[in-house]
This record gives sequence, C-alpha cells and structure tokens, in this order.
Amino acid sequence: MTGALLTHPWSLWTIVIPLAAACLSFLFPRRAPLPGIITALTVPLFVATAVYQLLQAGPHTQVLGGWHAPLGITLRTDGPALILLLTSGLVGLTVSLYALGYFTTTDQQERRQQRFFWPLWLLLWGACNALFLSGDLFNLYVTLELVTLSSIALAALNGSSAALDGAMRYLLASLLGSLSYLLGVALIYGAYSTVDLALLGHIVHADDLSRAALALMTVGLLVKTALFPLHFWLPPAHASAPAPVSALLSGLVVKAPLLILFRLWFEVFPATATAGITHLLGILGCGAIIWGSLMALRQQRLKLLVAYSTVAQIGYFFLLFPLARGEAAATAWAGVLFLVLAHGCGKAAMFLVTGTITRVAGHDRLSDLAGAGGMLGARLLVFALAAVTLVGLPPSSGFIAKWLMINAAIVTGQWWYLAVIALGTLLASGYVLRVLSLAFIESQAPALPAAPRILRWPPLALAIVALLLGLASFHPVVLSLVDAPISGIILLEMVR
Amino acid sequence: MSLPLIYGAAGVALFFLGAYALFAYAHLLRKILAANIMGSGVFMVFIAMAGRTPGAPDPVPHAMVLTGIVVTVAFTSVALALAVRIARASGRAHLPEREEEP
Repeated sequence: MTGALLTHPWSLWTIVIPLAAACLSFLFPRRAPLPGIITALTVPLFVATAVYQLLQAGPHTQVLGGWHAPLGITLRTDGPALILLLTSGLVGLTVSLYALGYFTTTDQQERRQQRFFWPLWLLLWGACNALFLSGDLFNLYVTLELVTLSSIALAALNGSSAALDGAMRYLLASLLGSLSYLLGVALIYGAYSTVDLALLGHIVHADDLSRAALALMTVGLLVKTALFPLHFWLPPAHASAPAPVSALLSGLVVKAPLLILFRLWFEVFPATATAGITHLLGILGCGAIIWGSLMALRQQRLKLLVAYSTVAQIGYFFLLFPLARGEAAATAWAGVLFLVLAHGCGKAAMFLVTGTITRVAGHDRLSDLAGAGGMLGARLLVFALAAVTLVGLPPSSGFIAKWLMINAAIVTGQWWYLAVIALGTLLASGYVLRVLSLAFIESQAPALPAAPRILRWPPLALAIVALLLGLASFHPVVLSLVDAPISGIILLEMVR
Repeated sequence: MSLPLIYGAAGVALFFLGAYALFAYAHLLRKILAANIMGSGVFMVFIAMAGRTPGAPDPVPHAMVLTGIVVTVAFTSVALALAVRIARASGRAHLPEREEEP
C-alpha cells in the first residue's frame, strides 16, 4: 500500500482529470458545473499526495508511452513544479467554488457564459498543470499555447466591447511571444538535436547561438509574463474579464511562462547568463514594481487597480535573476517561489472579492464606493486581509517571501534592490489603504442587497490561507528547493 | 553557403518581416496575416534544421512543425472569430488607439 503511495505517478492525474472533465462539461453543457466541481475537489487531493510523495521518496520523472529522451516526452515532478501545482490547486479550488455562485442561471447571458466558462477553465487548468510538469522545451511550447488559447477565450467571455478588445490585444501579444519562443527552440534544436531540459543542461555551451536562442525565448516569455514595459496587454485583459476569470489570469496564468523562464535561466543556460543581463532583468523588475504601483495608485476603478498591482508584483519575481547568485542563491530562489504561491492566493482572493463588491454595488468605481459600511464594509475587510499578503505584512506568506528576498539582497550586497522592495511595499500599502479608507468615509449610501454566501466565503478562505501560509512557510520553502536547479542553504542575515 | 543555411536565414528574415508588420499595421486582418507569416518563418527554420546533417533528413523537426501548424491554425481561427466579434460590436476593424479612460 505504501509502495503504491510512493511510486504511483500521482501528479499525472492533475492533468488527466481536468482535461477529461473539460470534455464532459463541453459535451453536457447543462450539467457543466458538475464535472468542474468534482475536478476542483479531487485535484487538490492529488497535489497533496504528490507533495507527500516528493518529500518522502524524492523527485521522479515519467516517460510518456515508453519513449525516452531525446525523442520522447518526459514529465517531471520536482519541487518548483509542485509549488506551482499547489498554487493551481488552491486557486483552482477556490475559483471553482466561487464560479458556482457567480454565474447565476436566471440571467440568459450569464447562463451562456457559464456554459463556456467550465470547459474553458478546466482546459486551462489541465494545460497549466501539464506545463508545470513538462520537462522539454517543445512540450512547454504546446502547453503554453493551450494555456494562452483558453485564457484568451475566457478573457473574451462576457462579450463586451472592452473585453473583446482586451482579448484581441492579449492574443496578438501572445502570438508574438510564442513565435519568438518557438524560433529560439528551433535554434536550440538545430544546435543540440534535443529539446529535453535535463539533457540540454549538460551539453549547452555559451556561444553566440545559445545566446541568440536564449534572447529570443526570453523576450517571448517576457511578453507573455507581461513584464514592464511589455505589460501593455495585461490590465485591459485582466480588468474587463468576469471576476473568476480575472482571478485565474492574475493568480495562475502569468506564472506559467515565469516557470519556463526560471527553468531556462537556471537549469539550461546558467553559463550563458552573464551578470549584466541578469541585472537588466532585475532593472526591468524594479521598473515594473514602481510603474505598476504608481499606476495602481491613480486608477479610478477597483478592478484596474488590482490589475495594475499584478503588473507591479510580477516585477518582484524578476528580482530572482540578479539576487540568485553566490551563497544567497537558494535564499532568493526559495523566496521568489514562495512569493509565486503567496501572490497566487492573495491576488486571486483580491479579484474574487472585487467581483463580489462589483456584484453587490453594481459597479467598481472607487469614488462611488465611499461610505461602504454594512455589507460592503465586510467585503472591504476581506480585501484588506488578502492585501496583507500582497503588501507583505507579517505573518503573511508575502512577508516571509519578501523577507527571504531582502536577505538575499543583503548577503549579496545589492542594497539598491532592497530599496526597491521597500519602496514597492510602501506604494502597495498606499494603494491598498486608498481602498480601505473608503470604508471610513461617512456618506448616505443606499442599502445594498447581501451577496450570496458562495460569493462571500471562498475569497475569505483563500485570503486566510495566504495569511497563514506564512506561519507554515517551512514546508513550501523546503519543497521549492527539492531537485531545484539551485541548491544551498537558506541564509538569514537579519537574525545574526 | 549551404542550402539549409539559406533556408534558415530566409526563415529568420520572414519572422522579422512578420514581426514588423504586426506592429506597423492597424487593421486586424493584416495583423493576423503578419502573425501567420512570422509562424511560417519559424517553421521554415525548423525544416531547414531537418537537413543540417548529411544523409536522410531528421524527422523530429517535421513532427514539431506539424504540431506548430495545428497550434497556429487554432490561434488564427480564434483571432478571426474575435476580429469578427469586434467588428460586429463596434464597427471597427482595428483596436482603439488608447484605452478609453473609465
């Protein structure tokens, strides 16, 4: 029994179940939520089993159809993949429950949206999980395209003019990104005759061709991750989508190309990456933090504010490139991967509660939310709870993650990154407090109807999970380093 | 200059030509066409890679191109459907210059 528990490829079920459920919900649109909810309840269990398996028995690779690399497709279950799977499990479960209540069946247009939401979301979920487990460049391309295609369709779901424009912009930017990535893959295959990440890691050498391929793939993935200044498509697409979709796009989808970037830079091309280039990525990350936060500060609509905050938070992930060096490498790696998990939960909770506020108030204009006592006040409290993680206050998961990153900045003596992290935190508390201050303004707001329970509890639960993850941060931090391209000890300069 | 190299260089040239057109033209159909030309360029590089060694061509890039074509067809159809919906909803065949301030 324990033998099967430790040897069965549990993580593969996180791909198979959502894809099967996607087909079922497409074939039986009237019963579409049923396979969705079954998936949402089972996938996290398989993720948990896979985590247990990894910690007990170590990483494993699964060769599909018995074809071994360099020809076959390998699926790898390692620490970084499982951190992302954890994110997808937590965000997926919460968003699925929320979506049950969000798409009401009384309104005809929403019934239509619900019919398309479930198959697309389940396809997206399966594709994300497949991407996290993929071990070769071409399979990463295919899964990334599956993720993007279903995200684009989801972003256009409500059919409004703004949503269609946002989705089109998203599509064109993604096409540019993915073709640039694919050209890089073509160059790599031409030079090394394999696309397997592990094999490439051993044979890639730092020549001009590798540099060109890495540059093409990186630029493509930067467009897809929406790193400043290539973020132009993100706010309109994320802000005009229905709330559950925005939560998925911000919480989960932007992390998919990010993981590919991490795998490329730290596993395949560590020798090709020079200090200057890692600083360039770090500077773009700093630009994203400052620009995204400033834009979030001056938004007039709550949803756009949250979307620009995603632009800012993406910047933090890119500080990994300059920070992960020398003896601080493992510290920075663990911090950033933990931030991926923290941001996924916190941001998804923020978008979901924003959806509830929009549903209750009928709009999300900040100026008209003033005096939001009563029902709306409680929602703003949930917003604040989720924002604690985002700002990085103790004991939230965001705090631990940023703390590890700050430690890495100190150990490597790169004070300027510390200053940017601190400034980003200040600006983040600025735009969050701007929202919270609304609840304290006295005004004669008309009584608002109460939101249904299913729109109230899932965001609160996810916000609390994000908050408490900080107290249980030991396991995710250990997990992120299992079979990671970077190993070492976690340094905590501040306690010395 | 060997034949694969010529094809490879032509593929890269097509890629950048398409990328330029993607930015230069506002009309959505032109943008979608430009992306398709970029894709064809990438596929040409793959095909050129298949002939890089003497003897029988390497079949793996061919398989990758077939997969790539499937992906591109899917993307093109979604893009066309979106373009039609945009034209129906707003009467435009291009994206608005700047996001309207809410």
